[in-house]
Amino acid sequence: MTPEPLLDVAELSRRFVLPLPGNPVANLLRRLRHGPTAAPRLHAVDDVSFSVARGETVGLVGESGCGKSTLVRLVSRLLDPDEGSIRLGGKELTYTQARNFARAPDRGRIQMVFQDAGESINPRYTAQDAIADPLRRLRGLSGSALDTKVQQAATRCGLPLALLSRFPHQLSGGQRARVGIARAIALEPELLILDEPTAALDVSVQVVVLQLLQKLKFELGMSYLFVSHDLNVVRLLCDRVLVMYLGKIVESGPAREVFANPAHPYTRALVAAVPDATRKAEDRTRLSGEIRSPIDPSPHACRFLGRCPQSAAICGTEMPVLKAVSATQTVACHFPEARLP
Amino acid sequence: MATPALTVDNLSVVFRTRSGVVRALEHVSFSVAKGETVAVVGESGSGKSVTAYAVMGILDGAGEITSGRALLGALDVLSAPRHVLDGVRGRDIAMIFQNPRSALNPIRRVGDQIADVLLRHANVPPAQAGLEAVKMLDSVGITDPARRARAYPFELSGGMCQRVMIAIALAAKPSLLIADEPTTGLDVTTQAIIMDIIAARAAATGMATVFITHDLGLAAERADRIVVMHAGHVVEVAPTAELFRHPRHPYTAELLAATPGGTSRLEDLSTIPGSLPDLRNALLPPCRYSARCPRRSDACDGALPQISAQTRSAFACHHPVAA
Repeated sequence: MTPEPLLDVAELSRRFVLPLPGNPVANLLRRLRHGPTAAPRLHAVDDVSFSVARGETVGLVGESGCGKSTLVRLVSRLLDPDEGSIRLGGKELTYTQARNFARAPDRGRIQMVFQDAGESINPRYTAQDAIADPLRRLRGLSGSALDTKVQQAATRCGLPLALLSRFPHQLSGGQRARVGIARAIALEPELLILDEPTAALDVSVQVVVLQLLQKLKFELGMSYLFVSHDLNVVRLLCDRVLVMYLGKIVESGPAREVFANPAHPYTRALVAAVPDATRKAEDRTRLSGEIRSPIDPSPHACRFLGRCPQSAAICGTEMPVLKAVSATQTVACHFPEARLP
Repeated sequence: MATPALTVDNLSVVFRTRSGVVRALEHVSFSVAKGETVAVVGESGSGKSVTAYAVMGILDGAGEITSGRALLGALDVLSAPRHVLDGVRGRDIAMIFQNPRSALNPIRRVGDQIADVLLRHANVPPAQAGLEAVKMLDSVGITDPARRARAYPFELSGGMCQRVMIAIALAAKPSLLIADEPTTGLDVTTQAIIMDIIAARAAATGMATVFITHDLGLAAERADRIVVMHAGHVVEVAPTAELFRHPRHPYTAELLAATPGGTSRLEDLSTIPGSLPDLRNALLPPCRYSARCPRRSDACDGALPQISAQTRSAFACHHPVAA
């Protein structure tokens, strides 16, 4: 890997405080008598570290509720972490609070493409307004300089200029996706965070959008953090992949290796669950049991315990940490799959 | 071939809208045998869901069935009067909807919603219904079913709500299940479990399943046969393995080439040029794919080969891809 990663996330944690269960009046009285009680906390992202090199595409996969979205919102500085650091090109970003970050000069360096462009574009903005907005706010452009930049971004994304005067509801799903991407790349960010950019699209449109993203990455020299449910899409686009389970990264490595030789039992189940035209459904490992609660989880038990097909006594008494199983692949499991030399 | 559980024959549906008449389905024909799983695939807007809604008799008020029959055994559900349908829906045909959270009643406990079906269609005495509902929840793999039966939909996860929907659909032991994108929006791990439950029931009771999806990989893995739809037409019907090995209709071939699979690379995936035609246009060509088709010729302006409901394998094209 390159010595200087573009994005370096270290020991990042975010816990959401939940209301105390039970009667609020009784809780208040107890607080007055016995002092404050610790409120239950939901550990959404727990001690997560990873890096993204320049020009690299890193995939982030995991089930809904595993903390992917919280992690993305932390990295994109829409949410403040409780602990940890986020460095972009060597500069610490957590010193600026999330609510002030929208006007910070670094905002332009990290941009996002959201899941459903139909939902994330202001319905009262035309495509032109939507793409122009970040340029106006962060670069202070106006007039013909602004128009030139908007047209340049639209052209890069293959959006016909004639469509710029349309509102989101007048555009097709694929065209809306292009507006969402054009808006994000207009500022020529260094890191683009893509949150399931093709989840709402048909396969025929999905391919076009994925190929567009691939082309833009080379043209603009961006790095991608790519969040997706769809492992087949991650496999197509990503150099490396991070697998997340209940707030923790349980496996990371080159996408090709992780999908071919998944070491963590959760990754194995995830890869096995992907429908594949060449296989029949019967020969699969299935996850049974229930997901552990993310509310104040035991710091000494593996988060996957209860659903894991291979657990032993140590899994309930010691949290596995990320260890290297090969030169490039790391896994947090006491019993990673025995690998051939 | 066994007696079909459902035969859809020459079904056409139009929607009368303010901006014109939308010819949503035209001459749609296919059949599903007892115990068979048939997947209906196609892009959004191809008429997959409209077909299901028409068979269930729950089309939007603007929709009108202009021709065709849907035979469930000897009964044509499209022309059956309301009081007959009330006895058929829920008992003989059941449907699973795409978004379980919006399809379940948000202000009733899920156990009660299952008990409703049992009381109405399965001749379960009222005193037993609650207990039976808990058993149904257990049979779809919900842990701690007695407690979950007292939960409201918002207290359950998406996967859990979908299991409740399946429990409701299967409560009266239907002979035909229509599943409209049953796992869209669920995680792959949950998706595999949900599809297992449906498959296990189909295998155990000989239930026929119509399974609507846009995920070709899932269809490949789960269906015996596949019906490919494009712009309100059935363009190809074939057994799953045959369809994937030798797609005959150019649209099917393009769709397969655009689907990311285990080994494909991004550069190798093809894109389908153009988009679905506007179905409000009164002058659509006989083949609605011809404007996007690389193989079109003058012959395509003539009448299309018809796919009849009885055929196991057929395509509606003058210039099929070589087998």
